[in-house]
Amino acid sequence: MTTSEKKTTVIVGGGHAAGALMTTLLQKKYQHEVVLVGEEPHPPYQRPPLSKNYLAGEVEQASLYLKPRAVYEKAGQQLRLGVRVEQIDRDNKTIRLSDQSTLKYDQLVLATGSHVRRLRAPGSDLQGIHYLHDIADTDALREKLVPGTRLVIVGGGYIGLEVAASAIKKGVNVTVLEAADRLMQRVTGPEMSAFFYAKHIAAGVDVRLNTAVTGFEAGDQGRVAGVTLADGGTVPADIVLVSIGVIPETALAEAAGLPCDDGIVVDEFTRTGDPDILAIGDCTRHRNLFFEKMQRLESVANAVDQARTAAATLMGEEKPYDSAPWFWSNQYDVRLQMVGLSQNHDQRVLRGSTEDKEFAVFYLREGCVIAVDAVNLPVAFMVGKQLVQHRKSVSAEALSDPGADLKALV
Amino acid sequence: MGKITFIEHDNTEHVTEFEAGTTLMQIAVDNAVPGIDGDCGGECACGTCHMIVADEWFGKTGSIGDAEEQMLSMTPERAQTSRLGCQVKTTAAMDGLTVHLPEFQM
Repeated sequence: MTTSEKKTTVIVGGGHAAGALMTTLLQKKYQHEVVLVGEEPHPPYQRPPLSKNYLAGEVEQASLYLKPRAVYEKAGQQLRLGVRVEQIDRDNKTIRLSDQSTLKYDQLVLATGSHVRRLRAPGSDLQGIHYLHDIADTDALREKLVPGTRLVIVGGGYIGLEVAASAIKKGVNVTVLEAADRLMQRVTGPEMSAFFYAKHIAAGVDVRLNTAVTGFEAGDQGRVAGVTLADGGTVPADIVLVSIGVIPETALAEAAGLPCDDGIVVDEFTRTGDPDILAIGDCTRHRNLFFEKMQRLESVANAVDQARTAAATLMGEEKPYDSAPWFWSNQYDVRLQMVGLSQNHDQRVLRGSTEDKEFAVFYLREGCVIAVDAVNLPVAFMVGKQLVQHRKSVSAEALSDPGADLKALV
Repeated sequence: MGKITFIEHDNTEHVTEFEAGTTLMQIAVDNAVPGIDGDCGGECACGTCHMIVADEWFGKTGSIGDAEEQMLSMTPERAQTSRLGCQVKTTAAMDGLTVHLPEFQM
């Protein structure tokens, strides 16, 4: 290929989706220029360990990187880190960067991810109120997690609970405030919520359900001293973590006039409304042939799968995105692996007991398995992946009978 | 520093250099070896780093954990010497090791 035939693909964002796209293009021997523009100073890295073993101080920062920076550069891929993309000029096919330079693109991939949802309430700008989204956030929180410190976590979802598990290990006094009547309500069923509630209570976490937060109480020198509740009470705090979800980062796309709807809207080939612009990962509201409706997913698996789809699209292969989503979480000695989305189930089948060290919940709709949550039971997750992907119709008896071989169902 | 060879399903060979302590999954990913996904980053959560270790080297790769065994048990191309690459931490004794990659990951 001569230089004149070489095109430039620019990836906006330096998260997991961007990193997976770089890797896939490398594996597929993509012949064009690839430039990644990332706002953080780090090459693409694993975010899941941030709330888990990285926060607990069990792994080094460098081990988070999907691969060392030198590997990309050795392969001819460029990383422009520590710069932000300010604007997309679709007419001229250029992007303007925060260092005032411009970059020309032939194809642009938006992998802008998400940003944390901020709690707007009286006192929300006090010192000591943390959010957790990137390495810098985690480093800042980690140094505060010393024995005896009172940490109050607002939000009982994955991040809040993973942080609770990591912090209590370090001797921190942890309180979790959840507005709903059960933990992880948005992502799992009541059995799993009850199981994790019991786990956290047993570990010494003060978990309070049905507890809405109204604001923060000030202490000395502009520091937070407590979290105020809707019932009039206050929970004393030395530090606070607010973990109430994320919002897709669509500002650049919206300013460029690309269709957005709580996420950059893309088709099953990751194409936006502009044929030369793709979008992947947390920032997208996407079509996945596996579902009947458009989805937005906050997960590594989605980031990686969309990255692979985008790589194929960039190379003219057109492989539609059609895989079932999957997720995982580690808290204490619990390995939770999930596949599918359980929201629309009409039946739940428990295999084993939530009193056991290992069990699984199967979520069915009209007799077909649409999701599985497996606790310390990887085989149920692996079988579930097959059942969910192929919409297998399975009898509840076969799923619940611990004597029946799960593998025989596939 | 030593060498590990990854052989793709179509027999393409990738000879890589490694530092002891790195996992087989990470070595494959760092060297852009196609066929090893390692989506979860090495948490034994996804089952996408299945490798088949050459028979004579299998004994040097340590023992298979319970979670790894369950994940492998559902892998269609499971062989006697299958491992999940993220669960094999390399040692100096693995210099010269050869692993084969399956056609598909889960």
